[in-house]
Amino acid sequence: MYRYDEFDHDFVQARVAEFSDQVQRRLAGEITEDQFRPLRLMNGVYLQLHAYMLRIAVPYGTLNGKQLRMLGHIARKYDKGYGHFTTRQNIQFNWPALSDIPAILADLASVEMHAIQTSGNCIRNVTADHFAGAAADEVADPRPYAEILRQWSSVHPEFSFLPRKFKIAVTGAERDRAAIQTHDIGLHLKKNAAGELGFAVYIGGGQGRTPMVARKIRDFLPEADLLSYCTAILRVYNLYGRRDNKYKARIKILVHETGVEEITRQVEAEWQELKDAELKLPEADIRAIEAYFAPPALTERPEGDQAVKLARLDSKGFSEWLDQNVVTHRHPDYAAVTISLKGIGEVPGDASDSQMEAVADIAETYAFDELRVSHEQNLILPHVARADLKAVYDALVGIGLATANSNLISDIIACPGLDYCALATARSIPIAQEISRRFASLERQREIGELKLKISGCINACGHHHVGHIGILGVEKKGSELYQVTLGGSADENTSVGEIIGRGFSSDEITDAIEQIVETYLGLRLDPQEKFIDAYRRVGPAPFKEALYAGEAKAA
Amino acid sequence: MKILTANRLTDGIAVWYADGGWAETVDHADLAHDKAAEDRLEAIGAKAYAANEVVDVNLIDADVVNGVVEPVRLREKIRAAGPTIRNDLGKQAGKQSTWAA
Repeated sequence: MYRYDEFDHDFVQARVAEFSDQVQRRLAGEITEDQFRPLRLMNGVYLQLHAYMLRIAVPYGTLNGKQLRMLGHIARKYDKGYGHFTTRQNIQFNWPALSDIPAILADLASVEMHAIQTSGNCIRNVTADHFAGAAADEVADPRPYAEILRQWSSVHPEFSFLPRKFKIAVTGAERDRAAIQTHDIGLHLKKNAAGELGFAVYIGGGQGRTPMVARKIRDFLPEADLLSYCTAILRVYNLYGRRDNKYKARIKILVHETGVEEITRQVEAEWQELKDAELKLPEADIRAIEAYFAPPALTERPEGDQAVKLARLDSKGFSEWLDQNVVTHRHPDYAAVTISLKGIGEVPGDASDSQMEAVADIAETYAFDELRVSHEQNLILPHVARADLKAVYDALVGIGLATANSNLISDIIACPGLDYCALATARSIPIAQEISRRFASLERQREIGELKLKISGCINACGHHHVGHIGILGVEKKGSELYQVTLGGSADENTSVGEIIGRGFSSDEITDAIEQIVETYLGLRLDPQEKFIDAYRRVGPAPFKEALYAGEAKAA
Repeated sequence: MKILTANRLTDGIAVWYADGGWAETVDHADLAHDKAAEDRLEAIGAKAYAANEVVDVNLIDADVVNGVVEPVRLREKIRAAGPTIRNDLGKQAGKQSTWAA
């Protein structure tokens, strides 16, 4: 996996020194909060309800055992024994003291980690398919390009004060697991007829108060043109993006107001000026970065088939976990494993210090020291020999992380909500916990099948509710929490924004409402193979509205 | 009624103005019953902010319930107690459960 070069080391060390000095001057009263706030945000430090929050970058969701162990160490030494993995493939700590943050950043730097550009109106952490490098269906690993984008965008002088934050996601497969169409720029790595690598380029996707699906502005951009083309997009946005209204400042609004044809014309015109200049990526440079992401040497392990077969007979729990949390690898003797951070009734995305350390051990022992954070708030072991799956499962059982619910209704994305977040208007986590408990039976969850349920505690939509098959948005109404339900959202290659189904529900009613929606789906699906999202697209909202609200209409 | 709240600069911990200083719990926060008292609290907050003692200073609505001060809004109740999902964290830690299961 990627290792820092000499530039990265010096850059991160210099930033630690710079920000440590800024923190010291703030604590000494030499700079004001107004002066300090933008500086701390550039370094991932927020102020939340109970304390400061530190958001640490996990570039394209990739980390190794040593790094995860360090996160466990930070959780124990400086925080309250846990961390929260986020929908941006990052991790957040909820309780760090400002005075400890220089020490935390120094510890992070010792394992090639940092918190740079995890906030602020700049290009944020570039995200990627969490199965990158392992997926059987990808044309190439998208992470080298994500890394090239990271190097280019880090403290980029032209793009450090954009109208608003800017998020880029990259996928290397037709099946989009990186939700690229919900990003400011979405890149789909593909091959053209000649077998050359390049990108389909999407712009203007986003969630928040104005959800928009990204528009494709180019079907094939040669890989060498990645940076010149992204620069052209950013230049057009930086020049014309609105700065008069924070809520209209994202590129999605510019694309919408300008029109996709006109903005494509502007980007292409800008690109003509740039494409043959110094931003053209030399072939040797791309291949050099790619070499950093060379896959581990996957030796033949043909004994896996027999081992899995026997272990299945021996353990129902293993068999269920295998069916649900283990996916096909490009190498037939290997598999990619999802470690669910969604235990029944647990806080989605939270992991304790000791769990992080134990997962680091598992990765080092059985998974070539590679780990990923998924945007669905789970951890991934991308390369596990099938022959070792039972050992990995047993180790995960030992630390309470073997819940076999990947892609099922209890695999819920939830933002921190009003339990932590200063922006939130309602709680998300307790709703996720109650729904998870209601659907605790794995048998029932498997009967329901794939169902992506996503919860946000405010309109900023960190919990991706707009693109949940079932989305829940918590708002405050007359001093109480109220939960609005959207149906039909999706964040894959067929991205769609969910539709509000009707009046909202109180915290006491929402779980019953979700159950009603699920029962309605079970009653109308053509067969067990018809997924919730497909059934919804076939029948539309009417049967669900009827089930939820018909009684009211009659009573009224 | 209003009370004055903020987060402490050094560690970000939520605090409330009580009896001439910043207390770590809301229970005995100074109450402002009228506009003059609110102005007085606001001035104290502005001074503490300027002196780099606290950040995010706010006057918030509060009631007195069973002899102790309680914020009105859910957001402020959660700040005053801790996450509703982790009774072991925040001000509520070690006390009897604030949030009924």
